[in-house]
Amino acid sequence: MDSATSDRAALQATADNGLKIVVVGGFGVGKTTMVRSVSEIRPLNTEETMTRAGEAVDHLDGVQSKTSTTVAFDFGRISLDERSVLYLFGAPGQERFWFLWDRLFSGTLGAVVLVDTRRLADSWYAIDRLEHHGTPFIVACNDFGGPLHTEQQIREALALSDDVPLVECDARDRSSSKYVLITLVEYLHALSQRGAGARSGALDTAPSAAARTGLAPAKTPEPTP
Amino acid sequence: MTRPRRPGRDDDPDRLYTLTGGRSRSDSDAFDLVTLVVSECEPTPGMQSEHATILRMCQLPTAVVEISAALGLPVSIVRIMLSDLLDTGRISARHPRTARVADRLPDPDILEQVLVGLRNL
Ligand SMILES: Nc1nc2c(ncn2[C@@H]2O[C@H](COP(=O)(O)OP(=O)(O)O)[C@@H](O)[C@H]2O)c(=O)[nH]1
Ligand SMILES: [Mg+2]
Repeated sequence: MDSATSDRAALQATADNGLKIVVVGGFGVGKTTMVRSVSEIRPLNTEETMTRAGEAVDHLDGVQSKTSTTVAFDFGRISLDERSVLYLFGAPGQERFWFLWDRLFSGTLGAVVLVDTRRLADSWYAIDRLEHHGTPFIVACNDFGGPLHTEQQIREALALSDDVPLVECDARDRSSSKYVLITLVEYLHALSQRGAGARSGALDTAPSAAARTGLAPAKTPEPTP
Repeated sequence: MTRPRRPGRDDDPDRLYTLTGGRSRSDSDAFDLVTLVVSECEPTPGMQSEHATILRMCQLPTAVVEISAALGLPVSIVRIMLSDLLDTGRISARHPRTARVADRLPDPDILEQVLVGLRNL
């Protein structure tokens, strides 16, 4: 048991405020890679178990029963100063995961939706859910060397409102991943200074989920030559 | 790279039941994923081994999610064990100071601290 903890870099004794940012995206989009690029510890993996009804299992009669399911996620850590430590979570965008969002990620500062521009439709559901939960997010396009799209093409395919930042990145690169996080936090800071009303206003004017889900995959932008 | 362990999945229900005394704990909700846990005592002989591991790991502040990963147990089970340890004064908990209210943005001061920390990376 102790071997599990021996290679763990400990936090300072003064650490007293844990903060969360979540990187959401489809399988293989580079979430773990991004966490690893900026984390001071090797990414760790854990899980939460829940019932079909969306309750986390906290009494364990029949925890393994057919009605419970398990969601795995990984995380890394960045010590910001002697008191604050930022935890970065890599979370799958799949449907069952969202039942656990409130339980795991309430109080999250914000989210990065990581997308592979060859598979834009994979991120529609995550964007819908973040809007639904009122979690502010930015979109980062991970560079897999695929065909280039214009920013406008990507915004249209994702039905992304103009005020949501859209950046390109290479999740393998530390400074690129750091830039993604800074872009998110600068955006959050701007929102927080606009005051409490600004966010619900932004949500009202955001393109509707229907616009996105109504978008046939065929309308995913054609590669620019 | 080895395949990441799937914590908890191999544990039989009886074992998980024993770990938590079979109880459901609503006050375990107080533990956020990033609540930092600090031990207030040494492990004692005969103590449940998971409790002893938690006390050893948390000599310096350790987040709930790191405890979950190290023990290979689901977060909700760890939260229940931590509630027990807290009730008996064997740990203290440093909860996050960001608002947990769903439609509230974080404090601009906290965001500025985060920006400074990230830029210094
Ligand atoms: N070309 C390229 N490959 C990447 C990039 N980011 C991640 N990968 C690779 O894509 C694969 C999946 O990445 P991973 O982080 O495991 O994805 P996850 O499932 O979202 O956690 C790995 O083999 C990575 O090395 C990137 O920016 N460019
Ligand atoms: Mg991964």
